[in-house]
Amino acid sequence: MDKMPKWADVILTPLISLLLAMAISALVILAIGESPWLALKTMVDGALGSSYGWGFTLYYTTNFIFTGLAVAVAYHASLFNIGGEGQAAMGGLGVALVLLYLPLPHWILALPVAMAGAAMFGAAWALIPAWLQARRGSHIVITTIMFNFIAAALLNYVLVNLLRPVGSMDPASGRFPEATHLPKLSDIALGMGLEWGKNTPVNVTFIVAIIACLLVWLLIWRTRLGYEIRAFGRSEPGALYAGISPVRITVLAMLISGGLAGLMAINNVMGESERLVLNAVEGAGFIGIAVALMGRNHPLGVLLAALLFGFLYQGGGELALWTSIPRELIIVIQALVILFTGALDNMVRMPLERLFLSRRKRGAA
Amino acid sequence: MAGASEPAGGRPDGAAPPAIELRGISKAFGPVQANRNIDLAVPRGTIHGIIGENGAGKSTLMSILYGFYKPDSGEILVNGQPITISDSQTAIRAGIGMVFQHFKLVQNFTVLENVILGAEDGRLLRPSLAKARGVLKQLAAEYQLNVDPDETIEELSVGHQQRVEILKALYRQADILILDEPTGVLTPAEADHLFRILEGLRDEGKTIILITHKLREIMEITDNVSVMRRGEMVASVRTAETSPEELAELMVGRKVLLNVDKAPARPGAPVLEVRDLRLVDADGVERLRGIGFDIRAGEILGIAGVSGNGQTQLLELLGGYPEKGSRVSGSIRVHGQELDLTGTRSDAATRRARGIGHVPEDRQVEGLIMDFAAWENVAFGYHHAPKYNRGWLMDNDAIRKDAEGKIARFDVRPPNCHLAARNFSGGNQQKIVVAREIERNPDLLLIGQPTRGVDIGAIEFIHKRIVELRDAGKAVLLVSVELDEILSLSDRIAVMFDGRIMGERLPGQTTTGELGLLMAGITDTAHVPDDAGIPPGTPPHAEAAGDTA
Repeated sequence: MDKMPKWADVILTPLISLLLAMAISALVILAIGESPWLALKTMVDGALGSSYGWGFTLYYTTNFIFTGLAVAVAYHASLFNIGGEGQAAMGGLGVALVLLYLPLPHWILALPVAMAGAAMFGAAWALIPAWLQARRGSHIVITTIMFNFIAAALLNYVLVNLLRPVGSMDPASGRFPEATHLPKLSDIALGMGLEWGKNTPVNVTFIVAIIACLLVWLLIWRTRLGYEIRAFGRSEPGALYAGISPVRITVLAMLISGGLAGLMAINNVMGESERLVLNAVEGAGFIGIAVALMGRNHPLGVLLAALLFGFLYQGGGELALWTSIPRELIIVIQALVILFTGALDNMVRMPLERLFLSRRKRGAA
Repeated sequence: MAGASEPAGGRPDGAAPPAIELRGISKAFGPVQANRNIDLAVPRGTIHGIIGENGAGKSTLMSILYGFYKPDSGEILVNGQPITISDSQTAIRAGIGMVFQHFKLVQNFTVLENVILGAEDGRLLRPSLAKARGVLKQLAAEYQLNVDPDETIEELSVGHQQRVEILKALYRQADILILDEPTGVLTPAEADHLFRILEGLRDEGKTIILITHKLREIMEITDNVSVMRRGEMVASVRTAETSPEELAELMVGRKVLLNVDKAPARPGAPVLEVRDLRLVDADGVERLRGIGFDIRAGEILGIAGVSGNGQTQLLELLGGYPEKGSRVSGSIRVHGQELDLTGTRSDAATRRARGIGHVPEDRQVEGLIMDFAAWENVAFGYHHAPKYNRGWLMDNDAIRKDAEGKIARFDVRPPNCHLAARNFSGGNQQKIVVAREIERNPDLLLIGQPTRGVDIGAIEFIHKRIVELRDAGKAVLLVSVELDEILSLSDRIAVMFDGRIMGERLPGQTTTGELGLLMAGITDTAHVPDDAGIPPGTPPHAEAAGDTA
C-alpha cells in the first residue's frame, strides 16, 4: 500500500524541502548583513517580474530540461550519467560543424540537421563510457566525469587550432550563417503582434525541449525499450532472466542520455551565441543532475525543476546586479536546494509519511 | 516418521513461572495489525514450536522478543519478571538468544572471533579469545556442538555455521534460544543432528522456541506448539495431542490437502534431453560436472539436493542466463533440436521463444520487478509478445486486461493489478509468476523452489497447477530443497550433489533416508535403513571432501 497520496509524494514533499532550503538561505543572507526579503524580491522581480526576466529564465530552463532529461533517462537504467557537461559541450561541436560546413538555406532545415549533429556528438561522447561499463565494468560515474575533462580539453584544442577564424584572437568559431539563426520567442510574439521578452535569448528550442519531455515520457513508460530500461534499472538479474541484454540496454540508455545532453547545444550554441565559444555549457550539465533528482526522474518533474533552477539562475544574476549580495551566494542557495530536495529528501518525507499514516488510521477507526 | 517423538518433554513442575510469557502483545505497522493481543507461555525446559503462514506475524513477534520492535501494548515476562526489551542488548542480558534464518557471521573471521564479536571483555582480544576457547570446548563437550574454533566461517558447511550461531548465543549465556526457520538450509541429516543438539539443550534446562513452517519438524521435536494466523495466536496445544492435519487446518483456517492428488504420469516423447552439461563459473569453480537427464512430455522430473550443489546454475543455464563469465559445454536439446549454449541466441528471450517457461528460484530478484505494478510484471519476459503491443508502443490496456484475468484465475490477493509487486505476500507474488509462466503454455516448464516462502494454502494451489500442466502433456523440471515437495510432486527424482546427479529414483520406491544420503554425496545406499541420517561424527564421503577442497 502506498504510504501517502501521490500528490503529497510528488508535490508536497519537494515543496516543503524547498521552503526549508529558502529558510536556511534567508539565514545565510541575514548572516552576511543583507535583507532576505529584499533578496527574494529582487530575485522574483528579476526572473519572473517582467517578460524580460521570463525570457532569460526560460532560456536557462531550456538548457536544464535537456540536461535533466539526460540524467533522468540514464537513471531509469540505474546509470548515473555525470557526463552531461561534456556531452553537451560535444553537442555544441556537432552543431558548429554542421552549421559551418553544410550549406543550409533556412533555419527550418538547419534545425533538424543541427539537432541530429548535436545529438550524435553527445551520444558518441556517452558511447565510450557506456561501452566500458557494459563490457568492462568500468564505473560509469568515474568514466563520465573523466570524459567531461577530455571534452573540455578537446574543445579547447579544436577552437584554438581548427575552428578559430584566421586573424581572430578569440578562441571561438566563426559566426554561423545568418540563414540558420533560430527565431527567438520574442520574434514569434512580435509576429503575433505582442511585445514580449525583447532582447532575450529564449528561442524555439524551448518548444523543442517541451516536445522532448513528452517524447521521453513516451519512451520510458510506453515503449518496449523503456520497459526494458526500467526493468534493467531495477534489477539486473531480473533483466537477464527476462532475456533483456544488459549490454544493449546500457549502451542504448546512455546513447539516448548523451543525445539529450547534446541537444542542449541547440539552445545555447545555435539559438543564443550563434557560434561556438569556450565553456558554452556553463555548468548546465551538472545542474541537470539536481534537476533530475528534484524532478524524480519524471519528465514533468524535470520540467518543473528546470523552471525552478532557471529562476534561481536568472534571479541569482539579478541579485549580483542589483544588490551587494555576491553572485556566489546563489550557488549556496542552489546547493541548499539540492541538499534539501535530494540528499535530505527523507528528512521531510518520513515525518510526512507518518503524518499521513496516522491521519488515515484515525480516518479508518 | 518413526522418529524421536518423545512423550511430550518438559517438566511439569507447575510452580515455576514460564521462561517466557507474553500477555496481550499487539503491534501494528500503519494500517496493518501484525500482532493482535498475543498471549503465549513457554514453560522452562521445553521446545516450543511456533507455526503459521507467511505474514501470520511470527517474525514480528520474535522481533519484539528480541528488542527490534516495540510492542504497541502488552507485557513481556521473563522467568516471571516483567521486563521492557528496548534493544537486542537488553534481550541478551535477559538470557534470550536468537539464531536468525540468515546467519549473521563475518565470513573471513574464525569461529572464535565470531563468537566473541560484540562480547569482548576488554580492549585487548587475547584474554577474551582464550576465555572463549575454554567455554567453547566445554559447550562442545556438553552439547555435541563440535566446531573447530580456528576455522574461518567461509570454510564451514552451512550446518556448522549454524552451530556457530548457536554457540554465539550460548556464549552470551542464553537460557532461551529462538531459532527462525533453522532447517531451511540443511540436509535431512544435518537437520537431524540439529534436533539432537536442541534436545540436549532442552535436557540441560534451556528453553527453545522454534519457528518453522514445516509441520513434520513440529511433530518430531516440539513439546508444545502455538499456531498463528493473521496476527493472532489461534491455538496453543501439546504436540502429542495434535496432528499435522489439525495444525495445517488451524494455520490456514480451512481444510488443506497435504498430499498432492495426482494420477500416474503418462509420459510421451522426450521434450528435454540434457547431455554432459558442464559449467565452470567466473571464479573457476566447476559448478556442473557432466549433468545428463531426459524429461518426457507429461512428466515431472524433480531435482532434489541441498541448495548450492549446482541446481541454481542448472536452472539458469537452461533458462538462458548462466552467470556472466562462466564457461559451458555439453548439449541441451528441446524436441530434438539443439539449443545454443553461447552467443546471442542463447539468451532467455530465445529460450522462451523455444517454448521454455521459467519460474525462477528467486522471484523477488529475478522473477518479478518488485517496484513494477502487478500488471507490468505480467508482461515481464514476454513484453515483445504481439498481444502486449500495438505498433511502436506497448498496449498497456491489453496487458492490464490480461493481468486482471490472471489475477482472477490464480486467486491473487488482493485482486488489484495496480499494486506494486512488493506489496503482495510471498505466496501471491509467486502466483503472479506462476500464472505468467504457465499461461504461456510452455512445452517445458522450469520451476525452482516453487513454494519457498509460500503459505500452505498457496502451496496447495501452485502444486495443483503444476500437476495440471503435466497432465496437459507438458514436461516439468522441478528443483526444490523441500524433500516433501519433491516426493509428492515428482514422477522421477534425480538427486544433485556437488554438480553431479548422484542417482535417479522413483518416488514410490525410495525414502527420505535414501535421498538424504544421496544429497550428502553418498551413493552406496543399498544397506541403509529407511530413516537413517548420517550419524553425527561420521566423516564426509571421501570423494566429496576431495572435490570441494
